[in-house]
Amino acid sequence: MLVAIVFMLLVVISVAFHLLSPWWFTPLASNWDTIDLTVDITFWVTGAVFIAVNMFMAYAVIRFRNRGPDSKRALYEPENPRLELWLTIVTAIGVAAMLAPGLVVWNDFINVPEDAWEFEVVGEQWRWTYRLPGEDNKLGTSNSSFVNINNPLGVNPNDPDGQDDLIITSNVVHIPIDKPVKLLLRSKDVLHNFAVAEFRVKMDLVPGLVSYLWLTPTRAGTYVVLCEELCGLGHFTMRGKVVVDTQEDFDAWQAEQVTFAETQAVAKGDAVAGQPLYAVCAACHGQNGEGVVALNSPKLSGQEDWYLERQLYNFKHGIRGTHEDDVYGQQMAPMVAVLADDAAIRNVSAYIGTLPLHVSEQSTSGDVERGRKLYVTCGTCHGMNGEGNYATNSPKLSGQEDWYLRRQLENFKTGVRGSHPDDLFGPQMGSMARMLRSDKDMDDVIAYINTFPQVVTDKVAQVNLERGQ
Amino acid sequence: MAYVALSDRGQVISHPHSWITKYVWSQDHKVIAIQYGITAIAVGVLALVLSAMMRLQLGFPDTLSIISPSEYYQYVTMHGMIMVIYLLTALFLGGFGNYLIPLMVGARDMVFPYMNMLSYWVYLVSVIILVASFFVPGGPTGAGWTLYPPQAIMHGTPGADWGIILMLVSLAVFIVAFTMGGLNYVTTVLQARTRGMTMIRLPLSVWGIFTATILGLLAFPALLVSAIMMTLDRLLGTSFFMPAIVSMGEQTSYDGGSPILFQHLFWFFGHPEVYIVALPAFGLVSDLLSTHARKNIFGYRMMVWAIVIIGALSFVVWAHHMYVSGMNPYFGFFFATTTLIIAVPTAIKVYNWVLTLWHGNIHLTVPMLFAIGFIFTFVHGGLTGIFLGNVVVDLPLSDTYFVVGHFHMVMGVSPILVVFGAIYHWYPKMTGRMFNSAMGKWHFWLTFLGTYAIYLPMHYLGFLGVPRRYFAYEGIDFIPESAMALNTQITVAALFVAVVQILFFVNIIWSMFKGPKADPNPWGATTLEWQTAETPPIHGNWGPELPGVYRWAYDYSVPGAEKDFIPQNQPPAPGEKVVI
Repeated sequence: MLVAIVFMLLVVISVAFHLLSPWWFTPLASNWDTIDLTVDITFWVTGAVFIAVNMFMAYAVIRFRNRGPDSKRALYEPENPRLELWLTIVTAIGVAAMLAPGLVVWNDFINVPEDAWEFEVVGEQWRWTYRLPGEDNKLGTSNSSFVNINNPLGVNPNDPDGQDDLIITSNVVHIPIDKPVKLLLRSKDVLHNFAVAEFRVKMDLVPGLVSYLWLTPTRAGTYVVLCEELCGLGHFTMRGKVVVDTQEDFDAWQAEQVTFAETQAVAKGDAVAGQPLYAVCAACHGQNGEGVVALNSPKLSGQEDWYLERQLYNFKHGIRGTHEDDVYGQQMAPMVAVLADDAAIRNVSAYIGTLPLHVSEQSTSGDVERGRKLYVTCGTCHGMNGEGNYATNSPKLSGQEDWYLRRQLENFKTGVRGSHPDDLFGPQMGSMARMLRSDKDMDDVIAYINTFPQVVTDKVAQVNLERGQ
Repeated sequence: MAYVALSDRGQVISHPHSWITKYVWSQDHKVIAIQYGITAIAVGVLALVLSAMMRLQLGFPDTLSIISPSEYYQYVTMHGMIMVIYLLTALFLGGFGNYLIPLMVGARDMVFPYMNMLSYWVYLVSVIILVASFFVPGGPTGAGWTLYPPQAIMHGTPGADWGIILMLVSLAVFIVAFTMGGLNYVTTVLQARTRGMTMIRLPLSVWGIFTATILGLLAFPALLVSAIMMTLDRLLGTSFFMPAIVSMGEQTSYDGGSPILFQHLFWFFGHPEVYIVALPAFGLVSDLLSTHARKNIFGYRMMVWAIVIIGALSFVVWAHHMYVSGMNPYFGFFFATTTLIIAVPTAIKVYNWVLTLWHGNIHLTVPMLFAIGFIFTFVHGGLTGIFLGNVVVDLPLSDTYFVVGHFHMVMGVSPILVVFGAIYHWYPKMTGRMFNSAMGKWHFWLTFLGTYAIYLPMHYLGFLGVPRRYFAYEGIDFIPESAMALNTQITVAALFVAVVQILFFVNIIWSMFKGPKADPNPWGATTLEWQTAETPPIHGNWGPELPGVYRWAYDYSVPGAEKDFIPQNQPPAPGEKVVI
């Protein structure tokens, strides 16, 4: 008896939960209202079945429950072919009512309008990059064998169609409103999935082939891109943004982007030109970039130049060192002002690359063995010996002074560093740093980092060399 | 006919002479069943603990969580793999299949008892290999239970050094164990049925287990070859599943393979796997409902056909797991159609279960509560499956918490409710003692309501677009604070459900020693296992003579009969015409 009443209550509660739930589809921002419609149809049909079957069952339990020894015997009725046939037909009709509209909309989804504007989404562990077709409105060919630090998307350098392709290495892409767009999806390494909740549609990125999806954005705004196919440790931090713009805003944004040819023509950093610029830095960071604890200036020597360049850029553009609690970061702002442009940043970074490696002293103590276990997660991006990896945008940790590592970990955890909306990779580090929940966790992991050999690894040397060529 | 000849041969049974051959290296299907059951439940408890750790992370990301992202993905993977394969598959087929098939068909044992014993010990080896992966450098694999390459064997995934290899080896060993057991179950059903036990008189439990075993024998080879191929990719550098890729900035030597090929192989196994778990549950729950409602199962023949048709169709729906995988999108039409067709025989099973209750004489015993609880959760989980099966409806919901809610409802909660119901139902026969009914009812109520509180809200997180397999959710604009509060509530419910399982263990262990002596047939059931001379049945099951069968398994409340059930081995009364 109780069970039947509870079943009825559960049906009522489920329906009430559905009607009162504040959690429902995020407001639509694309043409796929037809998908929402198919979901609604499915909901009403299945909802009716849910209520009918469970209510019938509950009623049967109440009405035909055993009431002690005098209870009526059950009815002996092995089969009722007519009833069974009738139920089969009704079910088949219900199923067809859901399937048919579903297939019609699916047909719309897989047939892309001919006037759709095409661009490419490239996924890698763990970031989004994009390529737009440029002036010729045609994407050049690509191949993973062309991928290197200067050609992260593997564009074929010999294909004339690819020269004017716009390379977007930021994880933010803009698209024009009210125009059908076809997204060509490509992965460099493992499976990913491009998903924007407001667009409703999603598709996997598969290495070795190009998949696609299409939509017409209908509402201006900025939407989160999530990776929704498990792609390794950093999966949950693989996020991007898609900005739906008016045509004018989109054109303006597009005009600012660099072409593939331009990325290949960028002059490499010139260490000689960078030397005089370094004089300002030397005041705090030391003549040889050895770092000065008393001035809260970290060691620079031995760090990879792509990382130095990004940090200098971030300081210069207020992406780093502008948080109100980032006292020491704020000191960098007036200093980087002396670096006039990107070329100056590249030059000074190149000069720092020539400084002799300084072996730093170690001041914190922690449980190395415990730190080793915690570091497994860190090492996935930063390298198992803290050597750093440009492909995961992760700087070298080995040889970095421990007081600095500790402060940065705290800053990432608390959002003092890495929470600026234009900081591309800071939020990833923030998410990761939060796994170090106590001071002891941080001390232990840093104690383990302290055990790494303090050398310029082959890999760093090689990357710096490639970049210098 | 072959089966008559074999069952009448008066099979010579060599009884064990020592404690070891009786309880350890046992060839008795009942002992092997309990060995399978205990091992599967033990490893299932491990998987339950892992899920509690994950839920702590998701529900209390800043305060109570104690795991790192690496561990989170490792626990996700191990939880899923253990629950699906090492718990549910092993328990339904190795456990219930072993215990019930020979007893229900009227055989003295499985037809290959020695191979049956080997099956268990090889299964135990596969479990040990699996658990060993927690202790190797880098820990177990964190590739997700689907083990999709290239990710599963690349550096960016936890356990890519040793964990994944142990996982693949363990799966291969499990499949060897399953094949030895599975051939046994199929052969026993086909060849060792007693006199009069025609196929169409088999209880639905046997039909469910029998069909599921055939599915397993056809589906597991696809997993075996994919495990072998991936092991070769990982160890020898072949490229079955590996295209040319750049991993973490480094060119690899892989070239020309297809990650989608793996997905096809995996789901060609993986979808029948759903029914390898579901069909035994369908069968067992049918017998529970019929017995405790004192009424024949409604539409027995239709139920048998539904099991067979569902089993057959389960081989042509696999790619509905791959609508957004990047495969040729035209496959969507075919697989959406086949998937929704499978809803029809499944719906018929549900109708027949509730129609079995109609005009019944329903005893709300503990097994019955679990059985009708199953109908409720299965209806819920089955209907949400229609969303995901209908290709375009899947687009917004795929890879979200809707999927997590759906498959836990249909493949987690529903079969587990049947497992509990079936354990309570056959407990008196297996142990000779009764369990504590009050504690059993508490166990049902807390588990049933608790799991609904876990999984109903998950569907709504899915509508919102909350992705699954995320370690943390901060900084995603469209996920409101309230959704995070909902996550916390889900975690509280999950921990609660995990803890109340203690009631189950206390009950079955305590009752084994202190429970009142059970009647040989306490529920008044018709099937053969309740008609044995001894309870629990001895080695060889029957006395000098095998029972003969004269009727179907569902002669409950036959008009004019003295009792409200007539056992299958009771000859027809003069003038009585049996139904089947």
